[in-house]
Amino acid sequence: MEDLKLIKGNEAVALAAIRSGCDGYFGYPITPQSEILETLMELRPWETTGMVVLQAESEVASINMVYGGASTGKRVMTSSSSPGISLMAEGISYIAGAGLPCLIVNVQRGGPGLGTIQPSQADYWQAVKGGAHGDFRMIVLAPASVQEMYDFVFDGFDLAFKYRVPVMMLSDGIIGQMMEKVAMGRERPRWSADELGDWCVGVGKNNIITSLELDPQVMEGRNLALQRTYNEIEDNEVRYEEVNTDDAEYVIVAFGSSARIASEAVELARRDGMKVGLLRPITLWPFPYKRLRQLAGSVKRFLVAELNAGQMVEDVRLAVDGCVPVDHCGRMGGMIFSPEDIYEQLKGHGKGI
Amino acid sequence: MEKVYSKPRLLTDAVMHYCPGCSHGTIHKIVAEVIAELGIESSTIGVSPVGCSVFAYKYIDIDWIQAAHGRACAVASAVKRLEPEKMVFTYQGDGDLSAIGTGETIHACNRGENIAVIYVNNAIYGMTGGQMAPTTLVGMKTSTSPGGREVNIHGYPFKVADMVAQLEGVCYVTRQSVHTPASVRKAKKAIRLAFENALAGKGLSFVEVVSSCNSGWKMSPVGANEWMEQNMFPFYKLGDIKV
Ligand SMILES: Cc1ncc(C[n+]2csc(CCOP(=O)(O)OP(=O)(O)O)c2C)c(N)n1
Repeated sequence: MEDLKLIKGNEAVALAAIRSGCDGYFGYPITPQSEILETLMELRPWETTGMVVLQAESEVASINMVYGGASTGKRVMTSSSSPGISLMAEGISYIAGAGLPCLIVNVQRGGPGLGTIQPSQADYWQAVKGGAHGDFRMIVLAPASVQEMYDFVFDGFDLAFKYRVPVMMLSDGIIGQMMEKVAMGRERPRWSADELGDWCVGVGKNNIITSLELDPQVMEGRNLALQRTYNEIEDNEVRYEEVNTDDAEYVIVAFGSSARIASEAVELARRDGMKVGLLRPITLWPFPYKRLRQLAGSVKRFLVAELNAGQMVEDVRLAVDGCVPVDHCGRMGGMIFSPEDIYEQLKGHGKGI
Repeated sequence: MEKVYSKPRLLTDAVMHYCPGCSHGTIHKIVAEVIAELGIESSTIGVSPVGCSVFAYKYIDIDWIQAAHGRACAVASAVKRLEPEKMVFTYQGDGDLSAIGTGETIHACNRGENIAVIYVNNAIYGMTGGQMAPTTLVGMKTSTSPGGREVNIHGYPFKVADMVAQLEGVCYVTRQSVHTPASVRKAKKAIRLAFENALAGKGLSFVEVVSSCNSGWKMSPVGANEWMEQNMFPFYKLGDIKV
């Protein structure tokens, strides 16, 4: 019988961490994601799989623990919410610069500043445009269900190790806190010592993990190598989901929790005979520019629905490159749009922001 | 002819970038000797800081991780927990450890991480060109305290070793120097004990090495050592603080 559990998104991340063979979790409490650390501490995986769980003194410490842990070639992760992710910026850049794999989960809340503990999607730019110093990228996975919060821990680690890059799961307070059924089928053990790579510390090879290089020519070479990796990721790892786009005259583009609301807006519109479809980017970077560009040849208008002041809409506009209008429907500060709000906006009666 | 000295086995052939008279080279040498003498070169992971010793990884032939400025103790904590059989140590300057990295240092100490911390206190930011550090002595001139450190503006020099000695997770705290052959021998013993403690799982060992930075202090190497003896040692008293 299938192993189904009714759990919160945050609990799904904790369970997936243990069941995906994660070696170490390092984190600091912040709403709305504290259940991840709480669940791990409750489950005590160090007594079963041997996974290390440590409550750090800050997010700065957490991400640098992740940097150290990733240097050992093991599967390590952290989770936080918006202000905590901002504190991690330098560490994430070091991780990217040193070519280390790891998983970072951001269960977003509203900002700026201390903002609100209510959900938001206002960290899109921070996640997909680097969010820290230097030319680097993170693969960004946007779950739209509790199942995806579970699955993307596995996928996140796989991608991180395939390319040796940091991977971010960009969730939000809605999906982190909501309860849904999750199929817990996937499970795998932690790696044994001889399954580790040969590039890391601790494998007797006198390896050096560093992002530092003072010779500009060599440093440019390192940058170019990173860019080649990013190009390869762009070629191979774009993921998105489409609903009713075949005959669509209008396409809503939405990710994560917004995509759930937008799909109801699509149903409302279809009931009225309006040909509306939905494109949900699953990887926010790499972004489905190509597919959107294709759709721009057949649709009349795009509407980007996101819980922010207009962030992903810029990427959709880049993709569409002026071919057709791209509108935006957003709420901020923990407020959420309804399917009707999106539908009204689509019909051109919305207020916009 | 009898061979009386040879380069420690684990020191690489890379030419050290340190200024003549700098303490870092000597401390690297004794760290390399301790690792070789304990026979743990294939199971030792060093964490280098941001500071003059950022390139420690070029000079001692073991596994290294270069940490962000101040975060070496957080990095080392995770490494040790994931690799409990390994010897893990950090090597940090006073700006790195006692300014930007105070939080990470104190919490690693307080958790009693089974690591060794080598803390090179030269009372100044060497790498960035001689700015004031939390450890800079009162009245000491630096590029950001050109008239000398003033207590009413900058507060007092920071004795981190005395502070971490109060923490239960810390098993050994000592303050050493490397300016004479005798002090080098003592410092080496201290570093060896710190490594042995970490390997035995006794908690965190903290070895401060009071050092000179003649270029940062704008003195000759000999003059810097004299100044250190006259000014640093009375404030940063040498010897064991917690055993
Ligand atoms: C986040 C960050 N802030 C500032 C710096 C610049 N910086 C590099 S080394 C250093 C101070 C190093 O001084 P110390 O730790 O005392 O070591 P020393 O060079 O004297 O051995 C500073 C401020 C940096 N690299 N990163």
